[in-house]
Amino acid sequence: MSARTHLVRSAALTLALSLLACAVHAADKVKIGFVSTLSGPSSALGIDIRDGFLLAIKLNGGKLGNLPAEVLVGDDQFKPDVAKQLFEKNIKRDKVDFMTGVVFSNIMLAALPEALDSNTIYISPNAAPSSMAGKDCNPLFFAVAWPNDAYHEAAGQYANTRDLKSVYLVAPNYQAGKDSLAGFKRMFKGTVVGENYTKLGQLDYAAELAEIRAAKPQAVYIFLPGGMGINFIKQYVGAGLGKDTTLLLPGFSADQDVIDPVGGAMAGLFNTAHWSPDFTNPANVKFVAAFQKEYKRVPTLYASQGYDDALLIDAALRDTKGKLEDRKAVLAALKAARFDSVRGPFKFNTNQYPIQNYYVRAIGSDGKGGLINKSFGEPILKNHGDAYVQSCAMKP
Amino acid sequence: MPGLLILEQTLNGLQFGLMLFLLAAGLTLVFGVMDMVNLAHGSLYMVGAFVAAWLVKLSGSFVLGVAGSVVLTGLFGMALEAGLLRTLYTRDHLSQVLATFALILILNDGVKMLFGNDLPLSAPAALGGPVELLPGLPYPAYRLLILGVGVALALLLYLLVQHTRLGALVRAGASNREMASAMGTNVTRLFTGVFGIGAALCAVAGALLGPLLAVQVGMGENILITAFVVVVIGGIGSIRGALVGAILVGAIDTLGRTLLQHLFREFLSPQWASAAGPAAASVAVYVFMAVVLAIKPQGLFPARS
Repeated sequence: MSARTHLVRSAALTLALSLLACAVHAADKVKIGFVSTLSGPSSALGIDIRDGFLLAIKLNGGKLGNLPAEVLVGDDQFKPDVAKQLFEKNIKRDKVDFMTGVVFSNIMLAALPEALDSNTIYISPNAAPSSMAGKDCNPLFFAVAWPNDAYHEAAGQYANTRDLKSVYLVAPNYQAGKDSLAGFKRMFKGTVVGENYTKLGQLDYAAELAEIRAAKPQAVYIFLPGGMGINFIKQYVGAGLGKDTTLLLPGFSADQDVIDPVGGAMAGLFNTAHWSPDFTNPANVKFVAAFQKEYKRVPTLYASQGYDDALLIDAALRDTKGKLEDRKAVLAALKAARFDSVRGPFKFNTNQYPIQNYYVRAIGSDGKGGLINKSFGEPILKNHGDAYVQSCAMKP
Repeated sequence: MPGLLILEQTLNGLQFGLMLFLLAAGLTLVFGVMDMVNLAHGSLYMVGAFVAAWLVKLSGSFVLGVAGSVVLTGLFGMALEAGLLRTLYTRDHLSQVLATFALILILNDGVKMLFGNDLPLSAPAALGGPVELLPGLPYPAYRLLILGVGVALALLLYLLVQHTRLGALVRAGASNREMASAMGTNVTRLFTGVFGIGAALCAVAGALLGPLLAVQVGMGENILITAFVVVVIGGIGSIRGALVGAILVGAIDTLGRTLLQHLFREFLSPQWASAAGPAAASVAVYVFMAVVLAIKPQGLFPARS
C-alpha cells in the first residue's frame, strides 16, 4: 500500500467518521451547559434556577423537544474568571448546543463572549443588563427572565398609583445599584428626597436609617440584593420606621429566600415582580405543586425563571423537530417562544428581551403559619419592554 | 442637620464603637501581652455567634444562649491557646500570621461542617421594636441593650485591669514581659487566662451583633480588619487605648457615612455629593489612622513608653 492510498483512505475514513458523528449528534440528544453560582453566600439564587431548570426536564421525561437532554452543571463560585473557564470547557470540549444558567450580570458579561464568539446560543435565566438590550444586543442572546431595571420601573409606577409624593432611595455604591435607582426614577413622578449609596456588602444600616427618619419620606425604596436586603429590612423594622413610612421592595428582596430568615417582620410589605407563586394559570399551578413536591420548599422567582428557561428550549426544539444543526430555524423558534410560561403572557421584543406584565405582590399568611407572596389586582405595567430597545440594531 | 439626628447618629456610632471595643480588647491584650499576631481573633467572634444561635434555638432563651456561648467560646479559646497557639509565642510574626491564617480557614470550614453556612438568630421579641428615648427620637430597643452591655463590660474590664491582681499582672506583662516573668509571674497561666477572656469578649460581640447583622461563615474577617485599626490607633497592649480607639473609629465611620454627605452637598452638586460621600466615608477611618500614626507612631495610649 503506497503512502498515497493510505492518505486517501484515512482521509475518507475521517470524513465518514465525522459525518457519522455529526448525524448522530443531531438526532441523538441535546447538550446544555449550565453555569451558575452554586456555592458561597449568594448560592441560593443559582441553586433555585438550577432546581427549576432540572425540574422542567424531569417532568418532561428527561427530554427537551423529544430529544434526551444532557445538562452539564458547573459552579462559577461567584467568580467571573471561573465562569469564563467553565464556558470555554463546555463549548470547546463538551460541544454543547446551548449555554445558560448565570445569575449575576457582571459574571455573565465576563463569560458571555466565550459563547457568542464561538456561535453558541446563550439563554439568560436571570441577568439582563441594559447593555445587552441596547447597543450590544446579539441574535444569539436571549433574556428569558426580566430586564435588570424592570422591577424598579414597576416599583416607581406603583409609587405613583399609591399617590406617594416623596421617596427615599437606598442602593449599594456600584453600577447595578445606580442603574436600578435610575429605573425607579424613570417612572416615579414624585420627589426623591434623598438617595444613599452604601458600601457594597454593608451589614449595618443604623446610620442610613437615622437619615431616613430625619428626611421623613412617605416611602423608602431599596435595591439591596441578598444578605444586604435581609439586614436592612430587619433593622428598618427594629427602628420602628415601618409605622409612618411605606417600604417598597423589588421582588427579589421580598422573595421566599428573604422571607424565611427575616420572618414576621415581612408581613404586609409590597414588592414588584413578573411572577408570583399564586398565579392561577395552569402552567404555574403545575410548576408550584411539582416544585414543592420535589424540593419541599416554596419556589422563588429564580426557580420560576429556571423552569421557564427549560420550557423555552423545549418549545424551540419541538418546533424545529430537533434539527439542531439548522441554526436559523432554532433561533427563529426561540424568538417565537411558543411555550406556556408560568408568568402568563410572554413574548420577545426585537432585542430578544421580554415584553411582559409586572405585578404588585404583598406578603401575607400562607394559612400554615408561614408567609408567602400574593399578587393582587391588574398588572402595574402591562406588556412592558425596556428603555434600550431603540439602540439595538436587530430589527424584526 | 437637626440636633435629634446628630444625637441618634452619635448613639449609633457609640454602639458600633463599643462592639468594636469588645473585639479589640482581646486582640490588643494578646498582641501586647504575648506579642502574638492572632489573625484568628475574628474567627472566635464567628464561633461565638454560631454557638449563641445554636444555644438560643436549643434552649429557647436568648439570655441563656448568649451566656452559654460566652462560657463555651471562652473555654474554646483557652483550649486553643493551650493546645496550639502557645507553641507560636517564640516564633517570629510571619509564622504566627501564617498559622493563625490557616486557623481562620480551618475554623470557617469547621463551623460550616457543624452548623452549615448560616444560622438564624433573632433579637428577643420584647426588644424587636423601638423605644421613645426623647419625643421624636425612637431608638431600636435592641441597640440600646447592646449599648448598655457594652458600657457595662467596658467598666468591668477597666476595674479588672486597673484594680485587681490579675489586671496588675496583665499590665505588667504588657509593659515588659521578660521582667514580669523574672519577677515570678506564672506567665503560662496568665496567657491562657487572658486568651480566654479575649475569646469570651468576642463571643459577647458576636452573639449580640448576630441578630442585627447575620450569623454566617466568614463574618469575622471583615470586622477583624477594623478591630486591628482600633488596636493600632489606641496603642498596642492598652485597654484604655482600645476603648478610646474603638469609640473614635465607631463615631468616624457612622458620622462619616452621613455627615460627610451633608457637608459635600453644601459645596458640590447633588450628583457629585452622592458619589463623593460614600467614597470618602469608606476611607475616613484609614485616613484617621494614618494621621494618628503620623503624630503618635505608638498609638494614642502606648502600653510601653
